[in-house]
Amino acid sequence: MQTFFSLGLVRGLIGQIVGTALGIALVTLLRAVMGKEPVWSPEPAVSFGALVGVAGFMIGVGAVTDWVKWMKGEETPFHHGPPEGKPAWTRYFGTDYSHKVIGIQYGVTSIVVIIIAGILALIFRTELAQPGIQFLDPHGFNTVMSTHGIAMIAGILLGVAAMMNYLVPLMIGASDMAFPRLNAFAFWINVPGLLLVIASLFTGGWDTGWTAYPPLSTRAPLGMLLVLLGVYVIGLSSILGALNILVTVFTMRAPGMTLFRMPIFVWASVATSIIALTATQLIGLSFIMVVAERVFKMYFFTPILSEGAKELGSPPGNAILFQHLFWFYSHPAVYVFVLPGLGIISELLPVFARKPLFGYKWVAMSSLGIALVGFLVWGHHMFTAGMEEHLRVPMMYSTLLVAVPTGVKFFSWVATLWEGKLTFPTPMLFILGAISVFLIGGLSGPPNGTVSTDLFLHDTYWIVGHFHATMFGGFVFPFFAAIYYWFPKVTGRMYNEKLGKLHFWLMTPGFWLQSLAQMQVGLKGMRRRIADYDPGLGITTGQILITIAGFIIAFSILIMVYNLIVSLRRGEVAAPNPWNSLSPEWQIPSPVPEVSYAQPFVVVDEPYAYGRPGATYIRFAPAGASDHKPTKSPSQEV
Amino acid sequence: MRHILTAAVLVVIVTVIVAFILINANLLPTVASQEGMIIDNLLTLHLLVIAFLFALIVVFMTYSIVVFRRKPGEEGDGKYIHGNTKLEIVWTLLPLATVLYFASLGASSLYEITKPLDNELKIGVVGFQWAWRFDYYGPDGKVAFSSNELYLPKDRPVRLDITSTDVIHSFWVPEFRVKQDAVPGQRHPLRITPTQLGEFKVRCAEICGRGHAVMYATARVLEPSEFQSWYEQQLASSQEEGGDIVAMGAKVAQKYGCIGCHSTDGSPMAGPTWKGLFGKEETLADGRTITVDEEYIRRSILDPGADIVKGFANIMPNTYKDQISDEELEALIAYIKSLK
Repeated sequence: MQTFFSLGLVRGLIGQIVGTALGIALVTLLRAVMGKEPVWSPEPAVSFGALVGVAGFMIGVGAVTDWVKWMKGEETPFHHGPPEGKPAWTRYFGTDYSHKVIGIQYGVTSIVVIIIAGILALIFRTELAQPGIQFLDPHGFNTVMSTHGIAMIAGILLGVAAMMNYLVPLMIGASDMAFPRLNAFAFWINVPGLLLVIASLFTGGWDTGWTAYPPLSTRAPLGMLLVLLGVYVIGLSSILGALNILVTVFTMRAPGMTLFRMPIFVWASVATSIIALTATQLIGLSFIMVVAERVFKMYFFTPILSEGAKELGSPPGNAILFQHLFWFYSHPAVYVFVLPGLGIISELLPVFARKPLFGYKWVAMSSLGIALVGFLVWGHHMFTAGMEEHLRVPMMYSTLLVAVPTGVKFFSWVATLWEGKLTFPTPMLFILGAISVFLIGGLSGPPNGTVSTDLFLHDTYWIVGHFHATMFGGFVFPFFAAIYYWFPKVTGRMYNEKLGKLHFWLMTPGFWLQSLAQMQVGLKGMRRRIADYDPGLGITTGQILITIAGFIIAFSILIMVYNLIVSLRRGEVAAPNPWNSLSPEWQIPSPVPEVSYAQPFVVVDEPYAYGRPGATYIRFAPAGASDHKPTKSPSQEV
Repeated sequence: MRHILTAAVLVVIVTVIVAFILINANLLPTVASQEGMIIDNLLTLHLLVIAFLFALIVVFMTYSIVVFRRKPGEEGDGKYIHGNTKLEIVWTLLPLATVLYFASLGASSLYEITKPLDNELKIGVVGFQWAWRFDYYGPDGKVAFSSNELYLPKDRPVRLDITSTDVIHSFWVPEFRVKQDAVPGQRHPLRITPTQLGEFKVRCAEICGRGHAVMYATARVLEPSEFQSWYEQQLASSQEEGGDIVAMGAKVAQKYGCIGCHSTDGSPMAGPTWKGLFGKEETLADGRTITVDEEYIRRSILDPGADIVKGFANIMPNTYKDQISDEELEALIAYIKSLK
């Protein structure tokens, strides 16, 4: 019991409850003192309460303790290993500064959130299996559908952070991230944010879809407010995490690791982090403006003018403005989701094809290319929105340009496979599955990017099919590949290969079916985000297939969770380098020791010299060279 | 080299098969507008390129999986090939040229479907939670009358000026292909030239709250002569002064879009039909039974969530109490009473 209450997570939750109550009480008290009627006003009270609650969580979990000590001038010696006098597992439930612990915290939270969001999808897919309203009324449908979207996005961001946190320092030979305390802070702030999003289900729900377009979002129930604030808080995590990754990569690489000798996943992480660091502010800004419109009646987006505003000559609110701000982040965000996954594909293919990555520099540059072009394409979400007409054509050109670097990736992957010596353990299967699914997503893109065809396709299930294929191919499949591939590294044990393959052979055809059926009903006229559909469109069979496929995918993921949990305890002890990889993290024992590299290493060659006899990527510095500081940039070292 | 040639032949075969399937799979609803035909042509071109690229990647991938798999007992690694700069340049420039070509096609077709035409018929479209209103203009250029059904003449270019009174909606008829969001405080044009007679459904394509899924309206495409006589008849009746309270109630029902969800002929829609409603016994969702009287109708308009009839969802907006005048309310009740 004492252990339970000493867990950071439990203290954080208590902090959040206390903080929320205090915030609500303070606003209500102030209103009473100032004589405002009515004294109980949910919007301002709950929004302030939610923010104080988040602060309460962060204090409770201990994520700010060291910074407070610094302010007081106290020493905070860096502690390695599990907390003293407590079981080792407790470190995963509290503030811990090791990037490996934080990576696992991110990863487990990601899977939990994805499962919750997946269950929400199954609920509304069951409703949609037949025309007519079965058990979900339209508002309930909208709430569940919207929460599915935003929770999946949060889950994906967590998964991306999991891979980058665990792998980037290991791959570049850094002892940890550049700012370990900030790293822990960035993870933990997700938890109160996610709780706000989940709480929206029980506070009236919300009905806007994840995009939260005003004026609908300014009129939605209280749940909407919690979602807006929750996403704002989660966005803060993205910004801080991205900053940390960039500083780590740019200043802490092992000697000899020039930019073009970095593992390709590190390139993908850099590209992703550039986007996350510079664009996330815009979704935070746009959501906070909606909160301000709701709480303070500042009409940014609804065309309402008070008498006072009219006298000042203020222009009326503009609903399109929100969409510009929102998509300026939310389109690049798509590349935050997929670039690390595409990096995993490029990282793992050479290992299982036993060949160098074809066109390494081109693949690395294509990630940067996608990231940069991605900033100029947001308008393609608004072709039918009524934005300035002269913006549609340039936005179409820039959008279609994304196909070029994406094509480079596809061609390079295929060329990497060509004349290789392929083996097909579970991670490789998921990589090939990822390419096939991302291909469906990629090929269904250009028709939406071309304005005139998009006038037909926009807001239909075709789009739903398109982006689910890009998300599954660009994130979910590679994420699962990464989980299976690095499971022996993280745990020291092997997963069950048979169950892994079963997972793959259920999920991949299931997903193809789901995707193609979604696109088919979309072309027939099925709109997005509808609680019920017109059986006259002839899409009932398609709807049943989508639902069945959804359940198959969900079942296969359950198999994975079972496999991981059982293998964690009873799996075979893994060989030190089961995949025969050249990457540095496989040259040290599994699970990775508390101090990852007892001996620093020097990069002596390109990262993927498979196929050349005696190839090696790194060499450990000879004993006695321990005064070698791997935390300096290579230019100073070599 | 032998491998490349075999794969290349396979790519051609698979391209032809996939293209054949995509073109003949009857993927789209019927097309009923000039603009729709332009869009379908471009979409077909897209599908052909998709078929080729799909074949290219899938064939080379599958070929590698089958031919270059590690055979039992085989040792050693694959070929030590780093890349090929010429090849990289080719597969950067060719896609670049293709997308630029498609973007130019997209731009010219967009011009075709949005350019102003002579002899355009102007109709105002207003979306609101959760119905549509269509405003027709008189010879003086002012709104002469409104309808909850969209009447269009065949083969005549129509310019719809689309707006909304509350949240964002989106005007879409799948058979016409094009869509345009209805944004509060703004009017945006959408051009349609219907090419087929018949009835189509306007469907809201932007989520707009509880009633989004059933935010429908009927679009009727008529022969130009039929359209003209319908238009003149409506114009004439709108100019009649006064009229009795029931006729006024019918107009109120159109103005607020009531008949977007409540039929007047007994046919099932999102809300209970008004035909034979007055005096009827209704079973409510909570099990109570109630006799429909004036008081019940008034309450259901001003506070729609109070008594939900069994089998219907609670989706009617509760905002009418701020919009409808007492006079209009009485007229509406009289109109509902008159529908026996």
